[in-house]
Amino acid sequence: MLSVNNLAARIEEKEILRGLSLDLPAGQVHAIMGPNGSGKSTLGYVLAGHEGYEVTGGSVTFGDADLLAMEPEARAAAGLFLAFQAPLELPGVNNANFLRTALNAIRRAHGEAELDAVGFLRLARAEAKRLAMPDDMLKRNVNVGFSGGEKKRNEVLQMAILRPKLAVLDETDSGLDIDALRIVADGVNALRGPEFSALVITHHQRLLDHLVPDRVHVLSKGRIVRSGGPELARELEANGYAGVVADAA
Amino acid sequence: MNQSLRNGADAYLARYQGLRGRLPGDAAIRDAAAAAFSEGGLPSMRDEDWRYTSLRGLAETDFQEPLSAVSTAPILGEAIDAPRLVLVDGRYQPGLSTPPAGVTVTPFSENPYFGRLPDIKCPMAALNTMLAEDGVQLHVAAGVDAGTLVLLSLAPDGHRPIAFHPRHGIHLEAGAKLTVLEISRGQGAYLHNAVTEAVVASGAVLTHIRLQAEGPEAFHVNTTFAEVAERGTYDAFVLTLGARVARTEIHARLIGPHGMVHLNGAQLLGGQQHGDITTVVAHDAPNCGSRQTIKNVLSDRSRGVFQGRIEVARVAQKTDGYQMNQALLLSPHAEIDCKPQLEIYADDVKCSHGATVGELDAEQLFYLRSRGVPDAEARAILVRAFLAEAMDPIAHPGARGLLERAIEQWWEHRP
Ligand SMILES: Nc1ncnc2c1ncn2[C@@H]1O[C@H](COP(=O)(O)OP(=O)(O)OP(=O)(O)O)[C@@H](O)[C@H]1O
Ligand SMILES: [Mg+2]
Repeated sequence: MLSVNNLAARIEEKEILRGLSLDLPAGQVHAIMGPNGSGKSTLGYVLAGHEGYEVTGGSVTFGDADLLAMEPEARAAAGLFLAFQAPLELPGVNNANFLRTALNAIRRAHGEAELDAVGFLRLARAEAKRLAMPDDMLKRNVNVGFSGGEKKRNEVLQMAILRPKLAVLDETDSGLDIDALRIVADGVNALRGPEFSALVITHHQRLLDHLVPDRVHVLSKGRIVRSGGPELARELEANGYAGVVADAA
Repeated sequence: MNQSLRNGADAYLARYQGLRGRLPGDAAIRDAAAAAFSEGGLPSMRDEDWRYTSLRGLAETDFQEPLSAVSTAPILGEAIDAPRLVLVDGRYQPGLSTPPAGVTVTPFSENPYFGRLPDIKCPMAALNTMLAEDGVQLHVAAGVDAGTLVLLSLAPDGHRPIAFHPRHGIHLEAGAKLTVLEISRGQGAYLHNAVTEAVVASGAVLTHIRLQAEGPEAFHVNTTFAEVAERGTYDAFVLTLGARVARTEIHARLIGPHGMVHLNGAQLLGGQQHGDITTVVAHDAPNCGSRQTIKNVLSDRSRGVFQGRIEVARVAQKTDGYQMNQALLLSPHAEIDCKPQLEIYADDVKCSHGATVGELDAEQLFYLRSRGVPDAEARAILVRAFLAEAMDPIAHPGARGLLERAIEQWWEHRP
């Protein structure tokens, strides 16, 4: 599904990713952990096509496509979804209109018919309900005045509606209360299947209790320094990064 | 004074001398205006009120009189489902108009009335007073809700440069209500130099929404004088899309307590367009409010100007004044000039003003695109979001829809 090869990227002359390689087969969920500033969000942005990051080396294939050659919207249309660590506020943009515009843009790119307002609202309300989100979050401006946890839930709502093939969840669990954590994990689990993969960036074992990963990778200074099964996350929770990162250095 | 401005002014004065005997109405009023115009001439950028807007292009164009007859039936274009009054080349066309019940319409040519508010110190208004030939005078009797009226100004010919100076009046008696939706369109080079006087008596509500979609070679100068009595409301919105050079100047005066003035507007400019919104809100009575939210979306080499003055007289205690001018620069060559002025002589008032200049937010744009929204559509969404604050108070659904469609078209066909 996703194959990252020796990826290097920088922002404003600062090297952040330095030869990162990662294979995420279809149907799997991988977790990415690592100290603050190690480059986890950068990986998410580079995969999604943020123009602020300059790719200086390596390659990324998504399905059969050269991901790095695509515009951000084309990546989304191809099935990539990034849940932002810090979702943006869009004053003056209605959340339901935003979601419908996004969904219809993706449907258009696939040659599918667009959903009208009524059809869309039916879908959006059903998904919002499953995520235990109040209806009025659809009526409000995108993320404006949302609490930290509500913003994260809104990301998951977008994911549920856009139904990506590959979701990159950047600390979507941070700021969520215990119930919301479970709901979000259930939301991802509901998408799980042979056609869906996820890259789950997290600092906490707790999410991984609900969302059991196939593999866990540790990112340090822009590289994967260790990979293992779900037990690696528990080991990190118990011992911290010191041992792992030092081993790699 | 600049020579081309002087020559331009002299040409208008010569035209006045030629027409003087045939122009309708009180010659003394016109002569006084001509004297003032002769002294000041066409405004120059050395005049404090015209610091950012040059009328040289206007002065250098040899505008002719409009032909007296309309040659072909003009295309009225899109409008909303409401009674309408149509002017072609500044002349009222009864045959194309469907005056509404509840509004008495008097053509200026039949009963020339210059109003009582216009200030001879505005040179373009003086030019209008000197040369006005037609226009419409609207009157709504006390307590009547006259609904919505479309005032359509067309300059459909486009073959020779013409100048017209329509003179309008809107008079709402106590408790009356009216929405005027003014649309200006045209082709070719022309000067549309209108003056409107609005008198809002106590408790009356005048909603005045304007879509300025003149042709790209046009000059559009529009001066409005509004007077609002006790508990009256003058609620204005102007959308500037067209013209090579446009100046919308609004003087609003609150003369009775608890009156309200809204002057919102948006200018969406491209190419080398120049758009100027100038407002003067005079609080002459206590407990009144005024709110102004102006948004500028500037692409290419366009230039936006906002000058806003709030004057609070000593008696105008408890005034609540607000003014905000924001610009979104879509190109590194676009430019905004902003001149807020507060003149406050009362001590118990709340008055604030602000200005911001920015570009489209790259992070917001990326967020939208990462959701699959194509770049152009994402930009359009953010521009609309930027305008929302100024547009949202427009409660009239037909007018709101018309303006939104005009904005959408502008966005799709912008240079
Ligand atoms: N715009 C920027 N300019 C300069 N440095 C940046 C910029 N954006 C990110 N960085 C730096 O890049 C490094 C990696 O940042 P990144 O956000 O990818 O870390 P992270 O692993 O997601 O951290 P966290 O766990 O705190 O979210 C950090 O040192 C950060 O300061
Ligand atoms: Mg991060």
